[in-house]
Amino acid sequence: MLLWIAFSLMTAAAILAVLWPLRTGAATRAAGTADADLAVYRDQLAEIARDRATGLIGTAEGEAARAEVARRILRATAEIGQEGAVSGGDRRRRLVAAIALVGVPLLAGGLYLWLGSPLYPPQPLAQRLEAQPNPSDIAILIRKVETHLEANPDDGRGYEVVAPIYARIGRFDDAARAWANAIRLLGPSAVRETGLGEALMAQAGGVVTGAAKSAFEAALAADPKDPKARYFLGLAAEQDGRNAQAAAIWSALAADTPADAPWRGLLGDALARVGAEMPAPAAASGPGAADVAAAESLTPAQRQQMIRGMVERLEARLAEQGDDIDGWLRLMRAWSVLGDGAKAKSAAGQARQHFAGDTAALGRIDALARELGLGS
Amino acid sequence: MNPEIGHYALVLSLAVAILMTVIPIWGARAGDAALMKVGTTLALVLAGFVGLSFATLVVAYVQSDFSVLNVVENSHSAKPLLYRITGTWGNHEGSMLLWVLVLAIFAALVALFGNNLPARLKANVLGVQGSVATAFLLFILLTSNPFTRVIPPPAEGQDLNPILQDIGLAIHPPLLYLGYVGFSITFAFAVAALIEGRIDATWARWVRPWALTAWAFLTLGIAMGSYWAYYELGWGGWWFWDPVENASLMPWFAGTALIHSAVVMEKRDALKVWTVLLAILAFSLSLLGTFLVRSGVLTSVHAFATDPSRGVFILAILVFFIGGSLALYALRAPMLRQGGLFAPVSREGALVLNNLLLTAAAAAVLVGTLYPLALEALDGSKITVGPPYFNLTVGALMLPVAFAMPFGPLLAWKRGDLIGASQRLMAAFGAGIVIAALAAYAQGGGPVLAPFGMGLAAFVVIGAVAEVIERAGFGRVPRATAFARLRGLPRAVFGGALAHAGVGVCLFGIIAETSWNAERIAGVKVGGSFEVGGYELTLDRLEPRNGPNYRDLVGVFSVRRGGVEHGTIESAKRLFTARNMPTTESGIRTMGFSQLYVSLGDELPGGGVGVRAYWKPFVTLIWIGSIIMALGGALSLSDRRLRVGAPKPAKKPKVKPDPASPVPAE
Repeated sequence: MLLWIAFSLMTAAAILAVLWPLRTGAATRAAGTADADLAVYRDQLAEIARDRATGLIGTAEGEAARAEVARRILRATAEIGQEGAVSGGDRRRRLVAAIALVGVPLLAGGLYLWLGSPLYPPQPLAQRLEAQPNPSDIAILIRKVETHLEANPDDGRGYEVVAPIYARIGRFDDAARAWANAIRLLGPSAVRETGLGEALMAQAGGVVTGAAKSAFEAALAADPKDPKARYFLGLAAEQDGRNAQAAAIWSALAADTPADAPWRGLLGDALARVGAEMPAPAAASGPGAADVAAAESLTPAQRQQMIRGMVERLEARLAEQGDDIDGWLRLMRAWSVLGDGAKAKSAAGQARQHFAGDTAALGRIDALARELGLGS
Repeated sequence: MNPEIGHYALVLSLAVAILMTVIPIWGARAGDAALMKVGTTLALVLAGFVGLSFATLVVAYVQSDFSVLNVVENSHSAKPLLYRITGTWGNHEGSMLLWVLVLAIFAALVALFGNNLPARLKANVLGVQGSVATAFLLFILLTSNPFTRVIPPPAEGQDLNPILQDIGLAIHPPLLYLGYVGFSITFAFAVAALIEGRIDATWARWVRPWALTAWAFLTLGIAMGSYWAYYELGWGGWWFWDPVENASLMPWFAGTALIHSAVVMEKRDALKVWTVLLAILAFSLSLLGTFLVRSGVLTSVHAFATDPSRGVFILAILVFFIGGSLALYALRAPMLRQGGLFAPVSREGALVLNNLLLTAAAAAVLVGTLYPLALEALDGSKITVGPPYFNLTVGALMLPVAFAMPFGPLLAWKRGDLIGASQRLMAAFGAGIVIAALAAYAQGGGPVLAPFGMGLAAFVVIGAVAEVIERAGFGRVPRATAFARLRGLPRAVFGGALAHAGVGVCLFGIIAETSWNAERIAGVKVGGSFEVGGYELTLDRLEPRNGPNYRDLVGVFSVRRGGVEHGTIESAKRLFTARNMPTTESGIRTMGFSQLYVSLGDELPGGGVGVRAYWKPFVTLIWIGSIIMALGGALSLSDRRLRVGAPKPAKKPKVKPDPASPVPAE
């Protein structure tokens, strides 16, 4: 609001600059040209006299110069009478006033509305730094963390927080440095090492450099199952021209990748590039090869126990993320096979609740329920 | 302060400038005093708004308001306050705004102090000034808006070009612009005279101080730029014939011609048409300089603008103002009344010679600067017109100027006595020969032309002194009378003599430096030493230092001559962290008028560092001479008759009674 008041006052000042002189009537006669000329000529006469007195010019030259200036004076005097009187121009003045009153606001206002950003407040840096944290001002949030880290260079958590933000806004150098500091201070973890590897890779324009590769390997040392690290190590193999190795790494990863993992598509494309097939989706919490091997060496009771544990894990996962229709169907079948009809029935009921409104899903649930003899 | 206030002030300035173009000229045509007066108030309001706009931008820089694109691109919050302020005009947008600010201030000065101008002339002058302001405000708003905002604002700026992070940026551009834009006033006077179809004696009276002001600032601006390039670029050169330097030299030549021809016009009512043409040319060349630097057609250290749309816009402005004013000149100049005949050998004749040589020099620089551009535009071939061309052409033209310089002021108006003038210059001539002989003896077999040049320089300096002594009449009248007369001499006489002496001093420095400088390029390890110009430099130590936004590698050298300590020199290689750009901070030690110059190169494998060292004899005289020239201009300007302009018509001018001259009878 204050801004608009300021704009109005400024506009008014501009208009006033035109209107103020117009208020004096035409009576004032413009200072004549000839008058000013005469004054100059008189001054020149004085100077000639001075020059002659100092002996700079001789008497004869001085006389000639005097005569010349005198001729100019005569001519100027003759012109004084000729300067015409000012013609009255009330109409003209009204027109000028109208132009100023309408034209200035129209031109200035129009041009400003086109070019300006009146609603955008000033953002002095000091003020932004002092203000309450504003989640939309990412640049300042980063800067604050940076200032904090400058003062506390051993705060590993700080580096860990800011590193992914750097990566997101494309400051990969800073991201790599922050991850490296986080690792130095907090110790290696899969997340930190892959973060470092990714940042180094982005820095190199997408090439998995030696440094990036060692970071991914360090991530695997911390967590042998980390999918990102495995994916990028496959990429490293592919970039080195070792397609078979890449295919092996990715196939193994795909076998461990649940059907609902968002990176499945990416993995499929990668495998297609190296000429390998995408293996069938692994069961979300389905038994891994290791589980199967372990199961074989167990007593029947132990085996039953282990399978029960796996089913319970599936149940727990579905309780959290219930939009996996295949998961629910698998759960119903599993309880049924384990001979726990009540649990199978309850699973069917929960699945129906989750997919109420989805006729296709409800159809499949009903069909399985009939097949397993759970009733509806 | 809200940047939008500055933005609106700028837009409003455009509206005001348009009115200022139209209303006063209309008033002058219609003979309406009220309309003519509107020009005065509008000029003041224009200066106010442009000033407000500029101040807002400065505040945005000082507060590091990174919601303004211009600040983001050219500033950094770690920069020292001074460079945050100077950064405002260390970039294209800001420097154009400074240009218009200077223009508006000059217009306001005419409005304020032009009460004794004929109203019609004043109205026309302000109108022309308004039209120039309109063109440049349009240019700024449409192609180079400094108030463009960024959403979201970044947390840090990209910093200013490190070469520009120097005190030189605080001084050089404002001075240069005061010079360039000062000529817009003489241009406005010329065009106003052409519009009216008449030139009065008041015209010359008024043009002279403005031309002098602009010329003095331009002289300082060029000298400052030269010194800045000298110490900042680290090559030890003080003039490179770089197109940007040439762009400022051309209006200087034209302006120098103008201040001389304006004298003829004021005193003798002659050379009117020529003076008008020079006034147009001086500003046209200033515009051309602005175009060359701002359009980015050149790639040199100054070219920090590279957007072609801007180039086309400035070219249009150039065509409009230069073409328009020359067309008006062609139409109206024949109507101007000629007056004042004079013989070839006379003060007028000497000034005509000066004008011809100076304009020829301006033309030579113009050709040398534009020819490569034209050739590149025509068939794409890239050539460089280098120092040999300029040294030969400009040098050959300046020698006769220097030689004739002491004669001019000693010749009488209308009909002069060359032999008499020569006799009066005998002392100066003798001094020149002595200096030349001394120089020849001292150098013992250096460049042949050097002693001759030194002699010429001495002749110019002593000749300027001789003029003042001659005018006071020493030797012809009793000493007391002569002293009285000396005091009575108009300050313009002292100013002119001082400026001429400055030319001699500058010439002395140029010739000494180019003839006798010594250069040494060496790789030195800590503790090692080398010799340049008779001095022995030892690299005592290399040490890193940290500045607010840079890191230095400083080399400390101790200087000895014949075993005697002459202090130390510190030279640095500076790395600006924000842009990761290195600059050289040359170490300079001044001894008398000469300088020892050390510039640090790259570190060498094995602990040493590359060093370029120069011995520059009398080099400071180049800039001291320029400052003397500008001081001469200022002294001339302080002459009461010039400062007041035409006296008020109502009162008779009171000539201070001079003890030696009787009050003239009228």
